[in-house]
Amino acid sequence: MNVTRGFTGRPRAHNAGLPPGQYDAGDDWPVLSAEVTPELSPAEWTFRVDGLVEEPHTWDWDEAHALPGSVYEGDIHCVTSWSKFGVRFGGVSLDAFLDVVRPHGSATHVVAYSHTGYTTNLPLADVTGGKAWIAWEFDGKPLSPEHGGPARLLVPHLYFWKSAKWIAGLRLLDQDEPGFWEQNGYHARGNPWEEQRYSGD
Amino acid sequence: MTEQAVEAPSFTPPTRFAVPGRIAVSNRAAALWQTATLTEIRRETPHAATYRFAVPAWAGHLPGQHLMLRLTAEDGYVAQRHYSIASAPDDAGHIELTLDHVEGGEVSGWFHTVAQPGDEVEVRGPLSGFFAWPGDRPALLIGAGSGVVPLMSMVRHHRAQGLSVPLRLLVSARSPEELIYAGEFGAETTPVFTRRAPQGAPVGRMAAAHVAPLLAEQPPGGWEAYVCGSNAFAEHASRLLVAAGQPVERIRIERFG
Repeated sequence: MNVTRGFTGRPRAHNAGLPPGQYDAGDDWPVLSAEVTPELSPAEWTFRVDGLVEEPHTWDWDEAHALPGSVYEGDIHCVTSWSKFGVRFGGVSLDAFLDVVRPHGSATHVVAYSHTGYTTNLPLADVTGGKAWIAWEFDGKPLSPEHGGPARLLVPHLYFWKSAKWIAGLRLLDQDEPGFWEQNGYHARGNPWEEQRYSGD
Repeated sequence: MTEQAVEAPSFTPPTRFAVPGRIAVSNRAAALWQTATLTEIRRETPHAATYRFAVPAWAGHLPGQHLMLRLTAEDGYVAQRHYSIASAPDDAGHIELTLDHVEGGEVSGWFHTVAQPGDEVEVRGPLSGFFAWPGDRPALLIGAGSGVVPLMSMVRHHRAQGLSVPLRLLVSARSPEELIYAGEFGAETTPVFTRRAPQGAPVGRMAAAHVAPLLAEQPPGGWEAYVCGSNAFAEHASRLLVAAGQPVERIRIERFG
């Protein structure tokens, strides 16, 4: 341990919900997109799931909203080291979409992509079984454009760059394929509890 | 390589790709924490200072890249933050960071009130190739406040290497006193003052009139735009660029969280 002379850090209570190397951002919610925020209306928004599935399908806003609603209440963790506690997102579980397309047994990974062209890769197991959502509400209000509105992917148990904003689709693959940040030195999986920030962590 | 060598798959979504990455990142360098010894502190503005470190095994970086810095308290508590690198890559064995004193910031607060030459911290990097500028394409740089830091690394690199590729910097500050690196800018830079300006200069936020002349003088192959600052500034500046005709897939944004 390399102790820094004279560094005490902010007052802190032990917080079991804080992954290693993270701090509590409190009421802040920093915006960290790398691209220009798109002007995308709900009427223009679509979400497609294809690749290794029985029946590829594209949902529009109304069709997606007709699926059973689901809420995530919990925490989110950004690789830049802030965490945010007790957030509430509303949307639909990704399982509801996958039930419609019926993934092949050979599918092991997904690439999630945005209406901007942003991509990120995830193991299929990280987005099934109630662990991922398509979210369009935050704290009961429509998700703002800079936070990914009209709709974003939400995978709260991984670093937040995996929760692609302005989600346009998922392609199911039988192998892992690095996305935008993953090609730029970030970790393939991004588990905050293992502190998987960069390739090699 | 044999005939069995398989092309890496690449799924391209049916959209214009946001912005392709620029460089491969050395995973080994990014994975290692190294000791950085503070050698010098230079006051830039009332709220910002530059911290120079000796990092003997620093692997080098590209202008625009950042690093992760970590401080450790007696009880093992660790605080780590991402900071853009201010210095040019060819500053052998040394790197510089310019830090704003953030209200209540535990890391910037330590730097501004405790740190002295000789102190040791830990860094890992360089990180992320996305915002890097290798000096290969005409660069249009737009920053506000401490958002000028990674852009200054690009300007310094351009000068140090005597590059001929066009480079322009638009930088926004509240007042002349708050303009970081004020004494270093040359003909490539246009400052914009939002609250108080020098005698005879206008006051106001960055506007279409600042961006339009730069996009009117398109260099061969067009500009690669780099925008850095707060989220509010990044939203504003990126909209100005799009409105002036800069393609969205040639705008790279680094928002300070």
